[in-house]
Amino acid sequence: MKCLYGFYRPTSGEILIEGRQVHIATPLDGRQLGIGMVFQNFTLIPAMTVAENVALFLPALGIVLHPKAIQARIREVATRYGLEINPAAHVFDLSMGERQKVEILKILLAGARVLIFDEPTSVLAPHEVDGLFAIFDKLRQDGYAILFITHKLPEVMASAQRITVLRRGRVVGQLMRDEATPQAIVRLMLGAEPPPPVQREGLANEAGAPLFEMNTLSLVDEHTGIGLKEVSLQIFAGEIVGVAGVSGNGQSELADVALGLRRPDGGAFILAGQDASHWSTATILAHGLACIPEDPLRMEAIPGMTVVENMVLGEQLRYTAMGGLTMNWTGARKDAELFLNTTFVTTPPRLDWPVENLSGGNLQRVVIARELSRQPAVLLAYYPARGLDVSNAEAMRQLLLSYRSKGVGILLVSEDMDELFALSDRLVVMYHGRIVGTFRPHETTADEIGHLMTGGSRETTREGAN
Amino acid sequence: MSTLVQGNRTRLLFLLRYLAMIGLALVVFALLLLLFGKDPLRAYIDILSSTLGSSYGITEVVVKMIPLVLCACAVMLPARIGLVNVGGEGQLYMGAWLATWGALTFSQLPQALGIPLVILLGFIGGGLWALIPAILRAKGWLNEVISTLLLNYIAILFVGYFVFGPWRDTASANFPQTPKFVDAMRLPQFGDTRIHLGLFLAIAAVVLIYLVLRYTVWGYDMRAIGGNAEASRRNGLPITKTMLMVMFIGGGLAGLAGVGEVMAIEGRLRPNFSPGYGYIGFLISWLAGHNPVGVVMMSFLMAVLTFGGDTLQITQGMPFATVNIIIALILFYCTGQVLSAESEAVSYGYVLCHRGARRRIAGGHCRTLRRPG
Amino acid sequence: MLVGALQAGTAVLYAALGEVIVERAGVINLGLEGTMLMGASVGFAVTYQTGNPWLGLIAAALAGALFNLVLAFLVVTRGANQLASGLALGFLGIGLSALIGRPYVGQLIEGLRNVPLPILADIPFVGEVLFQHDVLIYAVIPLAFFLQWVLFSTRWGLSIRTVGEDKTVAYAAGLRTQWLQYQALFVGGLLAGLGGAHLSLAFTGVWGEQMTSGRGFIAVALVIFAAWNPLRAVLGAFLFGGALAFQLQLQARGAPVSPFFLDMIPYLLTLGVLIFLRGNRKFAMPAGLKTVFEGMR
Repeated sequence: MKCLYGFYRPTSGEILIEGRQVHIATPLDGRQLGIGMVFQNFTLIPAMTVAENVALFLPALGIVLHPKAIQARIREVATRYGLEINPAAHVFDLSMGERQKVEILKILLAGARVLIFDEPTSVLAPHEVDGLFAIFDKLRQDGYAILFITHKLPEVMASAQRITVLRRGRVVGQLMRDEATPQAIVRLMLGAEPPPPVQREGLANEAGAPLFEMNTLSLVDEHTGIGLKEVSLQIFAGEIVGVAGVSGNGQSELADVALGLRRPDGGAFILAGQDASHWSTATILAHGLACIPEDPLRMEAIPGMTVVENMVLGEQLRYTAMGGLTMNWTGARKDAELFLNTTFVTTPPRLDWPVENLSGGNLQRVVIARELSRQPAVLLAYYPARGLDVSNAEAMRQLLLSYRSKGVGILLVSEDMDELFALSDRLVVMYHGRIVGTFRPHETTADEIGHLMTGGSRETTREGAN
Repeated sequence: MSTLVQGNRTRLLFLLRYLAMIGLALVVFALLLLLFGKDPLRAYIDILSSTLGSSYGITEVVVKMIPLVLCACAVMLPARIGLVNVGGEGQLYMGAWLATWGALTFSQLPQALGIPLVILLGFIGGGLWALIPAILRAKGWLNEVISTLLLNYIAILFVGYFVFGPWRDTASANFPQTPKFVDAMRLPQFGDTRIHLGLFLAIAAVVLIYLVLRYTVWGYDMRAIGGNAEASRRNGLPITKTMLMVMFIGGGLAGLAGVGEVMAIEGRLRPNFSPGYGYIGFLISWLAGHNPVGVVMMSFLMAVLTFGGDTLQITQGMPFATVNIIIALILFYCTGQVLSAESEAVSYGYVLCHRGARRRIAGGHCRTLRRPG
Repeated sequence: MLVGALQAGTAVLYAALGEVIVERAGVINLGLEGTMLMGASVGFAVTYQTGNPWLGLIAAALAGALFNLVLAFLVVTRGANQLASGLALGFLGIGLSALIGRPYVGQLIEGLRNVPLPILADIPFVGEVLFQHDVLIYAVIPLAFFLQWVLFSTRWGLSIRTVGEDKTVAYAAGLRTQWLQYQALFVGGLLAGLGGAHLSLAFTGVWGEQMTSGRGFIAVALVIFAAWNPLRAVLGAFLFGGALAFQLQLQARGAPVSPFFLDMIPYLLTLGVLIFLRGNRKFAMPAGLKTVFEGMR
């Protein structure tokens, strides 16, 4: 899509507009060809007014601005498509839904005929979504072409005429609205049917107290509007809880709260039997929480430091000597070597290399090894197999299982259905900051999970065993 | 072993690049002098012979280096965790102010107590002044770039008030200045040179910073926070504490520079006694890539150039400030070395399509001249 | 006395108005002192050589503008650190202006003459205070209104502000972000050059090394105080200059308030305004500048 709008240049193939082949090198080219795009992060400037934001994209803008005329044009288009907004308002005063209206106004006034929407509903409240679809209908009747990118099936079924399914950069199917069923689309999206879940003996010990617990925990996120909504989640010793969901539905916020980086706005977070809602990160880590994050280079590694220096991050106090005057690097090296060697099958990265020189997979291994070296009681693992090659990914899975059998409680966040079904003792589905379903893996199907994580409303959301 | 060799080689290349940049600056400056009808060769010979050609010249270069090194350390330490301290000048003034207060108030103390007292007070004065922006920053109220900059003016005016007002020496009616300090409060100077005790403070500061950064757990914390604040936060490193600590110590070092100027060189507090040491210190730290060894080398270069400026005024009839041009040219070559590898379009597209990417790119653009390896 | 404040403050105000444009485009020029000095020295030199202060003014403005382009090349084209480059630019300005001005130290010129406005100048007191000045003083307030209009009511102003807020959006809108930043720095240099020239051609009528004596830095503080708004910059300039006038008043009446504390007021106010209005989006700093400060990490 970014190709079409001109942010990336295609490496091969061609783009046809009204039958003519065109070259789109910059967003300006795209705009002049009548392509308009509503991005996930809006391209609005909060400090400016609606009229100014729209004026920026007007094709024939005079040297002197005439706010009255611009406002009049905005009002005219706005009333026709139900996009009423006060043109003199500052964008920072607007809600997410209103900002989206401004985005749409902007590309309409810029003369776009092909409108691309990249996950437009992710920032909207449910009642606003219906409003958006009403706008889609009006636009369609006036001859605009709309490309609506989403991972939410009900929305596709409600609004689209033609459906194209993409998986890993490839078109895997095209359906007309009439011949499409949610099941067919989910199947296309997920690829082959997932294997039957593995039954493992020694289920979690749910008789004891949970190691990690969130009670109707809420987090308000003004930026994305998702946050967390009354999330209740428990992890018991020796249990892997899988979290299914499209990324950006509250998973990273979950870790932020658990690590004490953000304070919950409601509910409680309980770690090792104590209320940890207001603990510092250091205290939380000292109580046995470890986290393998979704983006290790940005979130857990220090560029400019070597592998071994990164291995002691967070544990640096354990390796101090002489009251902090020096650090015991020999000990740190030994431990780092031990963990890097035992955790993975292929040769580990060199200890004195700067981490920014490592491949993504090796960096992931360093971070995993470090988090495990903390002897955690609870491990939050976000997409842990990302970047690893097949054999190391398998080793990583075995590792999770072995920690599980040692009594560690593990939260596994993944988009890989196979992985979730194979490893989880319990599966929860997150959608829009909420937990919308809890299952035993053998009691559900990938279809059902896929349905829920794309916003399907199941009347009978079965509760899990608890 | 092989990495060690490799490390030395990159370090050598790095040094060569520096020398090339300085050389280029000198050539451009020479051309400029020609343009103004001066003899560049003579100018360079004059600068060198007046500074390094005589023992007096060498000692004067060292005298100039003391405040420069200390002020550069005041910038370097916070810079290591990503804080920008443009307030060295104000911290220097406040250090001198508090030390002066001590010297005037406790003038009966013996030398054995007096000297440690003024040094301590100078450190605290600069440190507390730097703590203000640090707290504002830690609270998330105000960016430290702006607050340190504004506090400079306030500090200079504050000192001005005392020198023109309560502390003014009635004996020297024509000059706004405090009375001369008693000898017990003066930092000792060596032989008949103007080199003073501050030299040891500056050396100690550089060596300690180097050792702390390299060997201690606090240095580790600082490197981690400077390398990636988010990862450090996620691993429970004491970010706020480190922030306050580093600014306090940095400000304290700038304060020591003020003590040296007032308690040794001048012997009394005068308004505007610093010719912008705080700002030059900022530039030195930048030039040196916030590296302790580099700071010493760059301070030496700056000291030679600024002292040489005096010579040019006498021998060539060139204004003293002319050498500022060389300083600026060297800086331009250093700061201008960064070029973003990504093409504009790709990076902007990346920002638009990936949440949270914005910060990463902004960070990438500004990473100037980092240490090798 | 008021006259003195007006005359002393004009140079700062010109520089500050230019800097408003520059910072609105997302660049901070800490070397404003150098830009002003270039204007002052080149303006003086040209006036001395030609005997025509108007040519001097034009040359001063151009010198300031070209000088700012050095910064533009460094920070816009090469992506260099803005704070270090700005300070370095200041040093270059101090040195270069000293070299240029060297032959003219101690020389006198026929500078900009005061032009009493007919009729208005004859009004007692008011006329004397407000209507017996040189052209640059008359022009500065209309200029502030003009810049306000340019920034907020023209396409160019909108583009400049967009670049300063968010380069990504500017790019998406098809603006040439780098070119616009060059333009902003050029305009900012023009005005800072005029400000410097006012010092050497009108206010003092002589050239002296570093004769701006910190006015460039004051202008930077003033821009922050004015929350990046030309009209508020005028207000701020009166405050910064007014403190001077006020203290003379107080001294005349024997009030025991030190002028130094009065001089501090604008800076303390700036700090206070920044801290207490930090949540107010209307006074927020251009988002692009914020990334300049935070991107140093």
